[in-house]
Amino acid sequence: MANFGTYQESCPSIKNILLLDSEGKRVAVKYYSDDWPTLNAKLAFEKSVFTKTQKTNARTEAEITMLDNNIIVYKFVQDLHFFVTGGDDENELILATVLQGFFDAVALLLSNVDKREALENLDLILLCLDEIVDGGMVLETDANVIAGKVASHSMDAGAPLSEQTITQALATAREHLTRSLLK
Amino acid sequence: MAQPLAKKDDDRDDEAEYSPFTGIEKGAVLQEARVFNDPQLDPRRCSQVITKLLYLLNQGETFTKVEATEVFFAVTKLFQSKDIGLRRMVYLIIKELSPSADEVIIVTSSLMKDMNSKSDMYRANAIRVLCRITDGTLLTQIERYLKQAIVDKNPVVASAALVSGIHLLQTNPEIVKRWSNEVQEAVQSRAALVQFHALALLHQIRQNDRLAVSKLVTSLTRGTVRSPLAQCLLIRYTSQVIRESGQNTQTGERPFYDFLESCLRHKAEMVIFEAARAITELSGVTSRELTPAITVLQLFLSSSKPVLRFAAVRTLNKVAMTHPMAVTNCNIDMESLISDQNRSIATLAITTLLKTGNESSVDRLMKQITNFMSDIADEFKIVVVEAIRSLCLKFPLKYRTLMNFLSNILREEGGFEYKKAIVDSIVILIRDIPDAKESGLFHLCEFIEDCEFTYLSSQILHFLGNEGPKTSDPSKYIRYIYNRVILENATVRANAVSTLAKFGAVVDSLKPRIFVLLRRCLFDSDDEVRDRATLYLNTLGGDGSVGETDKDVKDFLFGSLDVPLANLETSLKNYEPSEEPFDIDAVPKEVKSQPLAEKKAPGKKPTGLDAPPIVPTSTIDAYEKLLSSIPEFSGFGQLFKSSAPVELTEPETEYSVNVVKHIYDENVVFQFNCTNTIPEQLLENVTVLMDATEAEEFSEVASKPLRSLPYDSPGQTFVAFEKPVGSPAVGKFSNMLKFIVKEVDTSTGEAEEDGVEDEYQLEDLEVVHADYMLKVGVSNFRNAWESMGPDNERVDEYGLGVRESLAEAVNAVINILGLQPCEGTEVVPSNSRSHSCLLSGVYIGNVKVLVRLSFGIDGPKQVAMKLAVRSEDQAVSDAIHEIIASG
Repeated sequence: MANFGTYQESCPSIKNILLLDSEGKRVAVKYYSDDWPTLNAKLAFEKSVFTKTQKTNARTEAEITMLDNNIIVYKFVQDLHFFVTGGDDENELILATVLQGFFDAVALLLSNVDKREALENLDLILLCLDEIVDGGMVLETDANVIAGKVASHSMDAGAPLSEQTITQALATAREHLTRSLLK
Repeated sequence: MAQPLAKKDDDRDDEAEYSPFTGIEKGAVLQEARVFNDPQLDPRRCSQVITKLLYLLNQGETFTKVEATEVFFAVTKLFQSKDIGLRRMVYLIIKELSPSADEVIIVTSSLMKDMNSKSDMYRANAIRVLCRITDGTLLTQIERYLKQAIVDKNPVVASAALVSGIHLLQTNPEIVKRWSNEVQEAVQSRAALVQFHALALLHQIRQNDRLAVSKLVTSLTRGTVRSPLAQCLLIRYTSQVIRESGQNTQTGERPFYDFLESCLRHKAEMVIFEAARAITELSGVTSRELTPAITVLQLFLSSSKPVLRFAAVRTLNKVAMTHPMAVTNCNIDMESLISDQNRSIATLAITTLLKTGNESSVDRLMKQITNFMSDIADEFKIVVVEAIRSLCLKFPLKYRTLMNFLSNILREEGGFEYKKAIVDSIVILIRDIPDAKESGLFHLCEFIEDCEFTYLSSQILHFLGNEGPKTSDPSKYIRYIYNRVILENATVRANAVSTLAKFGAVVDSLKPRIFVLLRRCLFDSDDEVRDRATLYLNTLGGDGSVGETDKDVKDFLFGSLDVPLANLETSLKNYEPSEEPFDIDAVPKEVKSQPLAEKKAPGKKPTGLDAPPIVPTSTIDAYEKLLSSIPEFSGFGQLFKSSAPVELTEPETEYSVNVVKHIYDENVVFQFNCTNTIPEQLLENVTVLMDATEAEEFSEVASKPLRSLPYDSPGQTFVAFEKPVGSPAVGKFSNMLKFIVKEVDTSTGEAEEDGVEDEYQLEDLEVVHADYMLKVGVSNFRNAWESMGPDNERVDEYGLGVRESLAEAVNAVINILGLQPCEGTEVVPSNSRSHSCLLSGVYIGNVKVLVRLSFGIDGPKQVAMKLAVRSEDQAVSDAIHEIIASG
C-alpha cells in the first residue's frame, strides 16, 4: 500500500477510512498514514474502534469519539459501519464532511446499502474511496460528484438500458436472472 | 445494477452469509488472472478478477515479489482494451501493486497516452497514477503536461495535478517549486476544490519564506475564497502569520484578528469552528478577543449534531485551562451535556465544568457527576478523577465533599488503572490538605480491606506506615494492617509487617502490642514475611535484647535509601558471592542520566489565572531529592527555588553544559549538567572552576566533581557558594570546565590508562534578582491585594526612557522582577497608550509579594511607570523598588 506520510500539519489530512461490517470485519479499508505500520496494528486498531463504537447509535447523525490521540467520526447504516480517522488536532467538522461524502456517495451508488450489496459492488466502493481521498489529502467531498465520477465508468450496469449495447444488455439480464434463480 | 462477482453455487441456501468472495483463494485468483493475456479480452471478466485481487489485498493478503510482478505484467496488457470501467480498475490495481522502477517503465507510455487523451476522466486518473508510481527522472519528462494540467479548465484534472504536486513536493521539491506560477493561477480558480488544493500546494512551496506566506495571506484575506476547505486553510495560515509576527516584534498587535473574527460569521460550520478554534489558540489572547469565539462555540453546544457538540466542548475544555472565566458563560449549556448520549462529549463537559466551577457550585456538580459515573467507561472515569483532584486542590475547603466522592467511587467496580488514579488522588490530597488526612487515611484503610490489587495494597500500606503514626489516634489503623497479615498474599503480608514496625517505632504506647503482633508473624509460611518480622523485632528491641537507639531505628525504617535504585540494582547484579560482604557504601551515588531537563518540555502546565507555579512541583521535588542525597549540601536547609537550565555552551559543541541555579537561604548551589559529545573521549574528574571576582558577596564553600563522564551519558558536577542570609545577592561568575581527558578506542570502548589535563571555557553566568523570586500566581488579585493591607506598601514612579513599545517595556519589567503575571495582564492590547499589570510571587524568606504596575507611553515613546508593592515585609517592598531603581 503506497504511503505518503507526512504533511505540513497545517493541511487537513485523513489517516484512514474504514468500512466494516456488523462484526467488525473489513469490507474495505484504506490507510494513508504510517501510524499503523503492520497488518496486525491495523487490525488491532479496527478492532478497538469497532468495539468502542458498536454500542452507540450513529444511524441518524454522525457520531464522534477519540482513541489514542485520534479523532474518529463514524456513521452506521444497516450492517455497515463507516469510519473516518484524523489526528487529534484536526478540525472535527472536516472529518465529518469527508465521512458524509463517503457515506452519501455509497448510498447513491448502491441500490440497497448493506454489506451484501457493498461486497457485490466492491469495485464501486474501492473507486469511491479512490475519489474521496488521495494519499491523505481530501480530493472531493461532494457525494454527487464522487458518485458521478465512479458511476461514469459503469456504463454496462448503471446506465439506462438504452445506452447499453444489445450484448451488454443481454449479459446483464442473464446475470439478474441467474441470481434470482439461485436465491 | 448487480454485478455478481463469483460463482454462487456454494452459498445458495444461506442468504445471510452470502458473500461473493466466500471461499476465495489467492492461488485460484492468480490463476484466473491469466484471462488478462487472452487475445480476445473480456472486459467484464477482467474487471471482476481485478476486483478479486483488490479484495485480497484489502483483506491484508500479500503477494510475493514474483506474484506481484506477474500480475503487474498481465495487467499492463489490459491497456489494449478500450473499456472505460476496466481502465479504472487497471489504474486502481497499478497503484495498489506499487511497481518497482524498472516495471514502471512498461506502463509509462500507456499512462502518458492517457494523460493526453480527450477524456478528462482518463487524464485525471492517469496523472494521479503516474505521479504516484514515478520517480524523479521520469518526472522531468512529464513536467510539461503537469503544468498544463494544473491550469486545465476541467477541475478534476486540475485537482489531480495539484494533489499529485503536493505528494511530489516531498520527494522532488526542486521540480514542483518550478510550477508556482501555474499554482498561483489555480488559486484563483472558480472551482472550489481546485482552489483548496492550489492553496495547499502554494503554501507548501513557500512555507519557508515567511514574507511570501505573509503576502499570500494578506492578499487572500481581502479577496474571496470560495471553498470552505480553502477558507479553513487560510485561517490556519493566518494564525501562523500572527504567531510568527508576534514572536518577532513583541508588539502584541494582531493584524489579522479582524479577518478571523469575520470568519465566525461564515456560512459553513467548518469555517466558523476553525476560526473560533484559531482565536482561542492565539498566544496571550485577551478576554475581549475571546468573547465572539466563545459565543459561537456556545451555540454549537446545543447543536443536534454530535460532531459539532464534541468539537465545541473539546475546544472550550482547552480554553478552560487558561481562561476559566471566559468559559463560565457556557456552564448552563455544558451542564445539560452531562447527560449527552455520546460519553466523550459528557466527559469533556464534566471536566470543563470542574475547571470553571466556583466553590459554591461544587456540591451541585458532584451530585450530577455521581449519577454519571456509573455508566461510563474506565478511561473516562480516570479523566474525571484527575479533574476532581485538581478541583480539590483549588478549593481545599471543599475537601469533604470531594473526598467522600472519591471514597464512594473507590468502593465501586473498576479496573486497576482507574483504582490507581483514585488512590493516587487521595494520597495527593492527604499530602496537600492537612485537614483531609484522617478521613483520607480512613478511606484508604477501608479500601485495602477488600482490594484485589497487590500493587495498590502495598502502596497504601507503605503510605499508611509513614502517615498513620503521626495522626491523633494511630491505634485505630492497627486492626486494618494486621488484617492484611492474616488475609493477604505474601507480598502484602510482608508490607503489612513493615508498616506495623513503623507504628511501633514512632508510637511508644503501641510498642508492646506491636511486638505481640510481630511475634505472631514469625510463624508465617513465607520467608520474606518471617525475615522482616525477625529483623524488626530485633531493631525495635522486641526480642528482649537492647534495641538500637531511637534515632537509628527511625532512620532505618523511614530513611530513604540514599543511593539511586538503578545503581544499587547494577551493583547487586555485579556482586559475586564471596568472603567479602556486599558493601552498600560502594554503590555510586551519582545519578546517571539527567531526566529533569527533558521532563520540562512535555510537562507544559497551563499557566493561567489559577495556574500553579511555573516550575512543575515534581521537578522541584526531584531536584530536592537529588541535592539532599549529596552529603556536602544536606545542611543547606529547605530548597527555595531552582531556576530553569541556562545553557553555557553553544549548541553542537564538543561538550555541552547547562546550569541550574538552586537557591537556599544562605547558599546557592550551581548544578552543571554536562554532556560529552565526542565518542573518542572519556572525561574524568570533571569540575567547573567558578571565578567570583564579579560576585563579591559570594564565597565558595564546596564543590563536588563528577568522577567520570563517558560519551553521550550526561552527568552532573556541583559548586556551592555561601551568601549573606536571606539576602538577594547578585553577581556574575566566569566559568571554566576542567577535566582529565582520556582517549577511548571506539572499537573496543576501552579508555587509555593515561589522561591529559584540559580545560574548556564556558560562558559567563549571572545570578540576578529574579532568581530569588518564585513565580506564584493568585486567583483573585484584588482580594489578595486588599487582604495584604497597605502597611508595607511602597509606591514610586520611574521613567524608563525611550522604549520600542509599551508591550516591550512591560515584558522587560516582568522579566527583571521574575514575578508571575496575574489575570492575563501581561498582554498589552495593541495601540494602547497606557497599561496596568498585576504581578505576584514569593520572595526569598517566603515573603509574599504583590505588585501593581501602571505604564504610560507618550509620543516619542518615552515610557513612565508607577510601581506599587505590597508585601508581608517592609524590607522586601523596598528591595523590589531597589531592583527597579538599579535595573
